[in-house]
Amino acid sequence: MAEQPTSLERFIQGILPENPVFRQLLGLCPVLAVTNNMKSAITMAGAVLFVLFCANVIVSLIRNLLKPHLRIVIFTLTIATFVTIADRFLAAYLYQMSKTLGPYIPLIIVNCIIICRCEVCASKQGVITAGADAIGTSIGFGLALSAIAAVREILGTGMFFEIRVLPAAWPDWVVMVLPPGAFLTFGLLIGLVNWYESFRTAKAGRTQGQTT
Amino acid sequence: MMNYLVDIFLIAVSAALINNFVLHYFVGICPFVGVSRRIEMAFGMGCAVTFVISIAAFISWAITTFVLVPGAPLSQWIAGFFVPAETAAKVDLTILSYIVYILAISSSVQFVEMYVRKFYPPLYKSFGVYLPLITTNCAILFACLTIMANIVGVDDPADAWDLGRSLVLAIFGGVGFTIAIVIMAGIREELDLCDVPEPFKGAAITMIVAGILALGFMGFTGVDSGLRKALTPKAGNHALIEEGPSSPMGAQITTNHHIG
Repeated sequence: MAEQPTSLERFIQGILPENPVFRQLLGLCPVLAVTNNMKSAITMAGAVLFVLFCANVIVSLIRNLLKPHLRIVIFTLTIATFVTIADRFLAAYLYQMSKTLGPYIPLIIVNCIIICRCEVCASKQGVITAGADAIGTSIGFGLALSAIAAVREILGTGMFFEIRVLPAAWPDWVVMVLPPGAFLTFGLLIGLVNWYESFRTAKAGRTQGQTT
Repeated sequence: MMNYLVDIFLIAVSAALINNFVLHYFVGICPFVGVSRRIEMAFGMGCAVTFVISIAAFISWAITTFVLVPGAPLSQWIAGFFVPAETAAKVDLTILSYIVYILAISSSVQFVEMYVRKFYPPLYKSFGVYLPLITTNCAILFACLTIMANIVGVDDPADAWDLGRSLVLAIFGGVGFTIAIVIMAGIREELDLCDVPEPFKGAAITMIVAGILALGFMGFTGVDSGLRKALTPKAGNHALIEEGPSSPMGAQITTNHHIG
């Protein structure tokens, strides 16, 4: 194994160059399901930040004790523990939001992003790097969620954070807040990101070591 | 009896078409995007998911009913050794549900994989490779959570789902997943011949096609309330009709109402 990226590299890579949603296409279930308004998208991103950070730190602390064939189970159980904590917290302090998010909070357990980060980063590197990686990846995830949620909420209801931004004459595209809108918005945004990436690469005339 | 059959039928229709796991709840998107290139592969994946989801539903129904819910027989019996009977009757282990489910799912997938590999090698060849992938498939956990919500989340213990309803939800949820992924694979096979703009190749066009597919499946909205009205005998069943359109899966995940 060659040298590992440093904390700062991990942090920055998680945000845009290796954005978990648009670049790696991981964890699509919450991306599509909770992005019909900004509030739930932000709450979801916060929950993922908490779970990913705690799981990464714990896995990183116990990385020398892990047995290779049991590691996935250990990851999953660690994640499930923190998801339970996050779920109870939301139920206690943000009850309405926890009703809205419904099953998608427990479904963080099977979100590939977290297992992927535990596997790629936390089980190989120190606590600080793992923490930085978790924060970077979560910010990237949050940005992606907000991007989709902003498009869907503005077009679907004419509001942003429940504040009206489009004139009342705007005919609400109800379909944007319904399931099909999620697929359409996400597909168009992936296309946009790919297009921008190819445009930039062609302009700079160099290739960066990215997954495209 | 009649009501029970109607209920089962509506749960089946609802899980397979109206509230399709992939196109309505967005669970199981990863295989939906990843394994939908060829129809045979998609069908194999769908069968594997249906198979695992039924086993997981059976296990999670049993665990929820006998161990997790407040006053469940098994936990009550074990707690009875250590604490007085009236305290034991209140033992509530629902907080452990996520951990228990994920452990049950992953271990049952392991067992199924070993069993199939040993006793049905041709079957293993056709869908065994997908089995490990399924452990982290949200659809399985989602089915378990829905079943739990309908056992723990109901106000009247008599309304709690029995094994039949849970299995029907799981099997037809799997069937719905298979329908969606096979349609998707069919479209993608045709899509290979089309001139898709460069940036949209791969995941982007898949998502857009899925969006159009979801629009199509939206046409099923409300079918269940219509069916319920049509199937319910006229006299003395107003309560059933008043439950509204989404009643079969309507209890949703309200695990926290007795704590929050």
